[in-house]
Amino acid sequence: MMRSLMAITAREFGGYFATPLAFVFIIVFLLANGLATFYLGAYFEMGQADLTSFFMFHPWLYLFFLPAISMRLWAEERRNGSIELLLTLPVPLTAVVIGKYIAALAFSALALALTFPIWVTVNYLGQPDNGVIFASYIGSLMLAGGYLAIGSCLSALTRNQVIAFVISVVVCFLFTVSGAPLVLEIFDGWAPQALIETLASFSLLTHFRAITGGVIDMRDVMFFATLIGVFLTATVIVVDMKKGEGA
Amino acid sequence: MIEVEHLVKKFGDFTAVADLSFTVERGQVMGFLGPNGAGKSTTMKMITGFLRPTSGTARIMGLDICDDMLAAQRHFGYLPEGAPAWPDMTPRAFLQFITRIRGLDKAAARAAEGRAIEMTELHGVLDQPIDTLSKGYRRRVGLAQAIVHDPDVLVMDEPTDGLDPNQKFQVRRAITDMAADKAIIISTHILEEVDAVCAAAMIIDRGQIVAEGTPSELAARSRYSGAVTLTLASEKLPAARDILKAVPHRAAELVTRGDESTLHIFAPEGGEPGALLADLRARVGEAGLAPRALALETGRLDDVFGALTGKARPAAASFDAGQEGSA
Repeated sequence: MMRSLMAITAREFGGYFATPLAFVFIIVFLLANGLATFYLGAYFEMGQADLTSFFMFHPWLYLFFLPAISMRLWAEERRNGSIELLLTLPVPLTAVVIGKYIAALAFSALALALTFPIWVTVNYLGQPDNGVIFASYIGSLMLAGGYLAIGSCLSALTRNQVIAFVISVVVCFLFTVSGAPLVLEIFDGWAPQALIETLASFSLLTHFRAITGGVIDMRDVMFFATLIGVFLTATVIVVDMKKGEGA
Repeated sequence: MIEVEHLVKKFGDFTAVADLSFTVERGQVMGFLGPNGAGKSTTMKMITGFLRPTSGTARIMGLDICDDMLAAQRHFGYLPEGAPAWPDMTPRAFLQFITRIRGLDKAAARAAEGRAIEMTELHGVLDQPIDTLSKGYRRRVGLAQAIVHDPDVLVMDEPTDGLDPNQKFQVRRAITDMAADKAIIISTHILEEVDAVCAAAMIIDRGQIVAEGTPSELAARSRYSGAVTLTLASEKLPAARDILKAVPHRAAELVTRGDESTLHIFAPEGGEPGALLADLRARVGEAGLAPRALALETGRLDDVFGALTGKARPAAASFDAGQEGSA
């Protein structure tokens, strides 16, 4: 199991770099990150030695960048027929699903790690709380993990990558905005507090903000772990169901 | 060995495979024949565990593909329809991935890869991305992937599709070379391939077996089996007609192509095809017809195939009936 999982991950991860697309992706991601931080986030104008204005845009950047990674996970295999090869090799389906997912996560972790110059910069300019920044990086990675798990499941539903991308953006969007103040205010005042809290608790945004606040709470970690577990299990179920349909 | 038991696959109301059962022993190459859409690929997808059967099952080396899928999958190599692979990978990386997944250790893997590369003659393209390769090379990459771990069972969906005649010959020879200690199923719609590599063949149509046997047994079911074929220049047909008047026969059919005509002459009921041939040979020689061919038909697989799968070619014109018309 471990051996085949690692083989799958290695093949998949290598696949990202077989074309220049991976490099283009990383460069565009870093540029978008920089633009968001410095222009939208007014990093310099804030005059604060922290990375709040850097991390606050991650949920919205990930919303478009990560479905672009996850859309190909299964849709592409189905389209070029290699799924038939993959699923007739003596590898447990769970290992294939997790192996592919880890590759996607590793790739986005790499893109995230390449934002390190901003961490260096903020340390050069002042004395930031590096503990908070470290926690925020962990939180950002967990957030990415959540988006990718959702994307993996939706990619397994279709052979069309564009459809996989669009549906993933929509679903990830719903999972994000359910905790945004804008949405919660609509319910504020008339809906029971319990409903608002439940709604907010399903949001990746709520848990991400909690972590970037500097505290890695087990409840937030459990939320992301559960979310990822649920959607990867759903991926296994969807891929297995398609074996019965023959689609 | 491969045992298929009452395999059924339905897609909604459509029955792709209807109750298929057969066995392929070690040392046997089974040819799976049928028109497109007959259920060949669907059957192979079920045998290899890619599709779940609606009912029935298949066993690979005694291991049930539904209940014991991973164990069964270790024992076979599979070339899916269209020889899919990951387009960005090179054949070398692709084969290394397969041997790693299949659990071969480093030394064994390198040796196995070398052997598979040798058999499929991939040396020249090992480091080119698979999507830049020709169709023939891609097929051979798929083939190399299927045989790299020296499996007991080989399932190949149209292994020679897209290859040029030389490559077809090589692949067929490779299959024949491996046949001794493996159970092999190949699907094809190239009938000559069945003759070339298969010890046994099955014709399937609409998901059902419509005929099975050795290729020569199948060919013998052709209505042309035992007929005498006479090919000559078209202007000599009147002379041929005179000869036929004197020779007892059941029927004769005429096919004209350009200035060449072919007659299929059937022996009379209870008569010996050999005697008919001898008789005709003597008379044709006497008349000085100089035939381009005169021989006994052993039967034609394509005729059986056409007749059984409901796509029989239009019957040749009868030569006896239309006397004045064809002169």
